[in-house]
This record gives sequence, structure tokens and C-alpha cells, in this order.
Amino acid sequence: MDGFYYQPEIEKMPRKELEALQLERLKWSVKQALKSPFYSKLYGKLGITADTIQTLADLRKLPFTVKQDMRDNYPFGFLAVDKKELIRLHASSGTTGNPTVICHTKHDIDTWANRVARCFYMVGLRDTDVIQNSSGYGMFTGGLGMQAGIEWLGALAIPAAAGNSKRQIKCIMDYGTTAIHAIPSYALRLADVFEEEGIDPRKDTHLHTFLIGAEPHTEETRRKIEERFGVKAYNCFGMTEMSGPGVAFECKEQNGMHIWEDSYIVEIVDPETLEPVPDGEVGELVLTTLDREGMPLLRYRTRDLTRILTEPCPCGRTHRRLDRMKGRSDDMFIVKGVNIFPMQIEKILMQFPELGTNYLITIQPVDNNDELIVEVELGDLKTDDFSKLQSLTKEITHKLKDEILVTPKVKLVERGSLPQSEGKAVRVKDLRKLV
Amino acid sequence: MTISQISVFVENKFGRLNEILSFLSKENIRIIAATVADTTEYGILRLITTNQHKAFQLLKAQGVSANLSDVLAIKTDASAGKFSETIEYFTKAGISIEYMYCFSDNTSGVVVIRPNNMEAAHEVIRRNSLNCLTESELCGL
Repeated sequence: MDGFYYQPEIEKMPRKELEALQLERLKWSVKQALKSPFYSKLYGKLGITADTIQTLADLRKLPFTVKQDMRDNYPFGFLAVDKKELIRLHASSGTTGNPTVICHTKHDIDTWANRVARCFYMVGLRDTDVIQNSSGYGMFTGGLGMQAGIEWLGALAIPAAAGNSKRQIKCIMDYGTTAIHAIPSYALRLADVFEEEGIDPRKDTHLHTFLIGAEPHTEETRRKIEERFGVKAYNCFGMTEMSGPGVAFECKEQNGMHIWEDSYIVEIVDPETLEPVPDGEVGELVLTTLDREGMPLLRYRTRDLTRILTEPCPCGRTHRRLDRMKGRSDDMFIVKGVNIFPMQIEKILMQFPELGTNYLITIQPVDNNDELIVEVELGDLKTDDFSKLQSLTKEITHKLKDEILVTPKVKLVERGSLPQSEGKAVRVKDLRKLV
Repeated sequence: MTISQISVFVENKFGRLNEILSFLSKENIRIIAATVADTTEYGILRLITTNQHKAFQLLKAQGVSANLSDVLAIKTDASAGKFSETIEYFTKAGISIEYMYCFSDNTSGVVVIRPNNMEAAHEVIRRNSLNCLTESELCGL
């Protein structure tokens, strides 16, 4: 496998050929999945065999797989190979139940590393780059997954891991880091620390690229990162269940993330009816692995909400693009009968230069009525005039009301007073669930 | 003619004012004048210290939201009516006072004001020969 990563013959493969490749791999993947206790039992009951798949449309004959299935069959119920074939195990944090475990063979690790390196190459990174990975290492896939991709590309990896901003900055300065992989909320936190240290990352570093993902964020957040660091920031998407980072990645067009369709089949379904939505409409992303030996997953409901961008990409790649994640079907909340996504609130807050980047949404029951409280940290104080702070609060309230149709109570708070994110940021606290 | 004043955004939280003040005291910064304006949720702490630049940098390095702005510090004697007389010069010139605070002892007083029009305020000071303090004069008090 060595030496791959830029694979124009696959990345720019005509759709017909790509679909033929998908069909061939899907048949293999079903056959492989049938070797696992979970799928052999489930498919046995439903009468599904390797022959069920004759066309790509036959995929819909398979039932969905959900996270709970993985928890219920923890840790090895999905294993499709002999344990001696495995070389690495990754797991999600498991804060809400059993962790989600994915085991990889040598083949799985190599194809994954190749996908990540392919992503890097696509945004212009080469073996001459110094790529600092500020993701948590350990069981979390953002660490070792990115690490393997950097090594596959032949670039220099700085496995800085998460947190300790001053040390991150020291690495960037001393080792000549040119690209950083970090979650977006942490990238902005890092920009704050640069400022506190009196270092201008636009002039005083070699940074030219940021790879941001693992947490939904808005276009405004991306632009903010680009402006504060003087870099190009590319959106990336991955999840433990689909191996990790490198599932989908933006190209230089910065308009949607190409999902590697030689490794995954994409479906977008209505999260309520589970019927497919027309291309271009938002729904829940459902993915099927096509080349994973250790633990194939078929029709896995990711809970992530997105849509397919239908127009061909000017970069020439034929693998379709996913729009930025709109949030998760399970982090939507309902206040006064209105469906609200944290992303809608973030989008508005990021339009105010007076504000910092950290915010917290609280839903509090008050006298049988739900109150929506949005606390947001102030950035640099730009005024010493009270009335200006009060009109700022008013303007934020108005703009939020226009976006989400509910009038929130907006509170300005001191910088650093909200829970700081070195992992994924906690953005929503729903106190209704506690009473 | 103007002196710089630090404004700090402070949430209404128990002990927060003390935290900021004791931080400055540990850095050996003397506070000459301070005032807090507040709403129910937050306040603005306005400070004049012996080393505004250092105090401002230290607060910023702590991640505190702070701002430097220009104000006027006018010295008067301590006799009755001096305060009113000083403000009246500005009122007569059509200048509004956005906020002010003052302090005095037996012999003299200082009025710190933020006018809505700094240029016009300078003109009032020149025309009426008001005793406008510099930062070092203020620190010597």
C-alpha cells in the first residue's frame, strides 16, 4: 500500500465506475459482516445473505445499525475476524453508557491512514510540512488516526495532544509548525492565548493551514480562525464508528467535504420516517463501510445532520460533498414548541466582534414556561460606556429572536467564566431534564 | 491634558471585586481612584492607578476584559461650591458629562470626568484656566 495517498484514478473516477466499485465492495462487506456474531444473528433472522445485494439499491433491504446496538454488543459483538488479526482498538468516551469500540486489522489501519493522507494532500499539505496534532491521543481516534495519516504522507508529526496552550505555542514556535489539527473551539482559545502572550501568529509563525473538525461549527467560526491565524482552515469530518478522522474532508474550494465513496456508502434519511430524502435536503447521515475487515458497519445511523451538495466540484473529484454538519439529530432542543439547534445560536453570536468565542445555552423551567438563557463571554472590552453594553445585549437578543423565533435572555459574562473546552465544548444545559 | 483610565468588565459575583483588587495589590500597584457602576448582572469597575500601562497589561494577561479610555482630572480647592462651579463650565459650553467621580480632602478636591466631546472640553479648560492634572501629578497626590 505504501506510496499511495494522492489517487486521482480513484478520487476522480467517473461516477458509473465508482458505483460499480461500491457495489463490488458492498457485496464483500456484507459477506464480511456475516462473520460477526451481531450481524450473523440479525441477518439470519431476517433471511439476509450475501446474495441479497445485487444492486446498490438493495442496500435498503438491510436494517439500520444504531449506537445502542454497539453498546448492547460491547465490546466484541461486531468483530468479524479472529482476534489475532487485530492490531489496534479505539473507543469513544462512553460518558453515557458503554464505550463504542472499533477494532482494526493491519489492513484497516493502513486504508484509514491512506484516507487521512489523501485528505491532507487535497488541501495542499506535503511531506515537507510540519503538522501539529492538538487532538487528544489515547483511545480517541483524533490522536492516533491523524498521526497515522501524517506519517503516511511522510510529513513531520508533532503529537502535541490536547490542552496546555502555552506548550502548544512553544511547539509551534520552536518546531516551525505549518499546520494544526484542532477542534474549532480550541483553535479560537489558542488564538486568545497567543494574544495574551503578545505573539502574532500571522507574522511570528509558519502556520498556513488549520484542519478543524470533531465538533459542529459555523462558517463564521472558520473565518474567525482564518483571520486570527492568517491561515486557510479546512473542515473535516470523522467519527470513531467510521474509524475516525478522514471520512470526509474539504478540498481547496472550501465548499463542502468530499466523502470518500470508495470506502463508504452515503445515505441521507429523514430521522423520523427513516426514508431517504432527495439529494440536497437536510437529513441524518447514514454510512456503510466498504473496506473494513475488523468491524464492518452497515447502514450506521450517525445522528449527524447534513445534506449532499449535488453540483460537481470544480476540483474534479467525483466523490460527492457533504455540507457542513448542521448539528446532531440528538442535540436539537425544543423550546416553546420551536426546534432549535445550537449552531443557529453560534452563527449569530459569531457575527459580533465584541464577543468572545465561548458560550453556553441553558434551558430553565420557570413557572411552567421554558426560559432560554444564552450566556456569552465578552471579548476585549471595546467601550467603557454602559449604554453601549446594554444596546449590545439588546441587539444580540433581537438577532437571535429573528433566527430562532424565541426571545432568549442574553447575559454577557466575563472571559474564562464559562466551562473551557479542551475537549468537546459543552454548549447546551437542559435543566428541564433534572426536574 | 487627558489621563488614562482602566475600565474592567466585572460580573456581579461574590468576591470578584476583591479578586481583581488583591491581584493588583500583589503586583504592588497603588489605586488612586476607583468607582463601580453596576446593573443587576454586571458592572464596570473604573480605575486610576500609579501605573496604568502595567496594570492594564497585567489584567489583560489574566484574560480580564478591560479597556483604556481618556478622562479629565481637574483639581480644585476644597471650598464649598467648587464642584458645582467646575461642572457648570462644561454645562455652559453645551458639553454633557457621560460619567464622573470625585474625591477630596480638607485642602483640595479632584473631579474626574468623561465629557461627550473631548475636544470641546479641552477648549473649556484652556479658556477658564482649569487645573487639569497629568498622570504624574495625580500619582503624586
